[in-house]
Amino acid sequence: MTPAGLGGEDPELGRVTSEFAVEIRHLHKWFGEFHVLSDISLTVGRAERVVICGPSGSGKSTLLRCVNGLEPYQKGEVVVDGIVLTNDLKRIDIVRREVGMVFQQFNLFPHLTVLENCTLAPIHVRKMPKAEAEEIARHYLKRVRIPEQADKYPSQLSSGQQQRVAIARALCMGPKLMMFDEPTSALDPEMVKEVLDTMVELARDGMTMLVVTHEMGFAREVANRVVFMDAGQIIEINTPEAFFSRPQHERTKLFLSQILD
Amino acid sequence: MIAQTTSDPAERGALAFVRSAPAPDLPPPMASVGWIGWLRANLFSTPFNSFLTVLIVLLLAWVIPPVIRFLIVDAVWTGADREACLSLPAHPHVGACWAFVRDRLAYFTYGSYPISDRWRVDVFFIMLAFGTAWLLWLDAPRRGLGAFYFFVVLPVTSFFLLYGLPPAGLEIVDTARWGGILITIVVGWVGIVISLPLGILLALGRRSQMPLLKVLSIAFIELVRGVPLITVLFMASVMLPLFVPPAWSPDKLVRALVGVALFSSAYMAEVVRAGLQAIPKGQWEAAYVLGLGYWRTLGLVVLPQALRVTIPNILNSYVALFKDTTLVFFVGIFDFLRTIEVARADPKWATPVTSTTGYAFAALFFFLCCYSMSRYATSLERRLAAGERR
Repeated sequence: MTPAGLGGEDPELGRVTSEFAVEIRHLHKWFGEFHVLSDISLTVGRAERVVICGPSGSGKSTLLRCVNGLEPYQKGEVVVDGIVLTNDLKRIDIVRREVGMVFQQFNLFPHLTVLENCTLAPIHVRKMPKAEAEEIARHYLKRVRIPEQADKYPSQLSSGQQQRVAIARALCMGPKLMMFDEPTSALDPEMVKEVLDTMVELARDGMTMLVVTHEMGFAREVANRVVFMDAGQIIEINTPEAFFSRPQHERTKLFLSQILD
Repeated sequence: MIAQTTSDPAERGALAFVRSAPAPDLPPPMASVGWIGWLRANLFSTPFNSFLTVLIVLLLAWVIPPVIRFLIVDAVWTGADREACLSLPAHPHVGACWAFVRDRLAYFTYGSYPISDRWRVDVFFIMLAFGTAWLLWLDAPRRGLGAFYFFVVLPVTSFFLLYGLPPAGLEIVDTARWGGILITIVVGWVGIVISLPLGILLALGRRSQMPLLKVLSIAFIELVRGVPLITVLFMASVMLPLFVPPAWSPDKLVRALVGVALFSSAYMAEVVRAGLQAIPKGQWEAAYVLGLGYWRTLGLVVLPQALRVTIPNILNSYVALFKDTTLVFFVGIFDFLRTIEVARADPKWATPVTSTTGYAFAALFFFLCCYSMSRYATSLERRLAAGERR
């Protein structure tokens, strides 16, 4: 909890040694007049899996996007791996290298093959030799169980396969934290399981994960903590077991009754 | 089979015949296939269409034979001067005077470029054709190198080649002596080479978050697009010298080139902007979160996709630009059309058909250039569409 710029490994980047992967302190964000995030405080420990759920429009995705600088915030503090996230583009880029993100809509690059999707950032950001980047890419493609699709284009794959490529693409940068923004919401129903299985495996391997999802089965199975958000605020944080069996808050009960039945 | 699909038991019992083998394929009716079928489907499908077909055939019969007669049948192919193309009792109907075009072809191609140095222009044409082929042939090897050659090496070398480099034995040839197809190609090519990168920058400026850059880009694009090219050219050639001391005043051709390049880049900016807008925001975000900054996201992810969808439109603008180059005529530059104007007024070739022949030749030249560009755009479009379906 050392303040930014005092001591630490790299004062230029405001980097401090932190026991947490992510620390969010009293974060506020407005879209124009709309107060989309209000006084959010949340920490994610190393190798911890945190699942965020809540009704649509509650600010879950915006919260994730604040953690890797896709959205600026107006008040409070976000510290990722000891780096205080400011509007400094250099810092944002360094944070983004450490944080992988998987989107609802996959966002694969359609003009590149699966392999090229995975090697693009390692080659151009990490300055890795092409052969090494391809070796790593093939390793992760094997891990998400689609090594045979490496030379195809994204449009030739099913939605589940595309999302697994997106996961492999993020892993190729060797991130310390993986964020998932509703990774299964845009999938054909029969493909949800293959993506969730991949994420469960990732969790078992000790990846730090911050996941926005409505898949309560996944939350029960892998989450250390479940965060419930509504109207831009954190309503409740609890262990999955307590969260599902003894929800504390009325709004949590209402939400759970709507999605579980 | 039929009996099983009938649900009503009474009806099932009434069936006396069940086919045991599938019926053989019957040939289609005569009137729907072959050339008769084609005629019926495409030319005579309704009374009104039949009427249109007859009307168009009559129109073609009225227009085409005289054109062919003038351009080919009655045309004069050889001759030393106007005598050959005059109407004589021996051949009263004189068609196109191609002898005139043959005689003045060198002038049409090089203008007043010194005869002893015209090989330099030929070398330029060959280098340009080589670069263009390299760039347009999509499966060519080392296309990145080809682009470097076309956009960097070629402009520099051709400047020294055409304008001159005394230490290398290439004497200075003043641009006032350049002319004909050389000028048309140079103006068109410079417009093409400059307008794409400049247009991309303007399009990015227009979409920028920085208000000043954005306003400047919009102002430039809208101002230039709101003014006819001929006005831009007049301003470049007439007004610029008023502001700049004579010693600094750039060459007349350079002024026209700048005018054409700025004009076409404003149009190119709008074409590229349409392509940029077609790229979903998610593509930018996906590249950003991988740590690719703005320029690398642009160069590796966004532009390759945006330009791919805009290539047909880009080539379309190039066709328009190439035809617009004839307007430099009005600021006293001897482009291809101007050389024809001059040559047709030459008393040596003064005949009733000289002007028509000259303009027919110009039309043919521009048509061949623009039609091949448009054919290329079409084939590219088809190929890219196939790529999307992969």
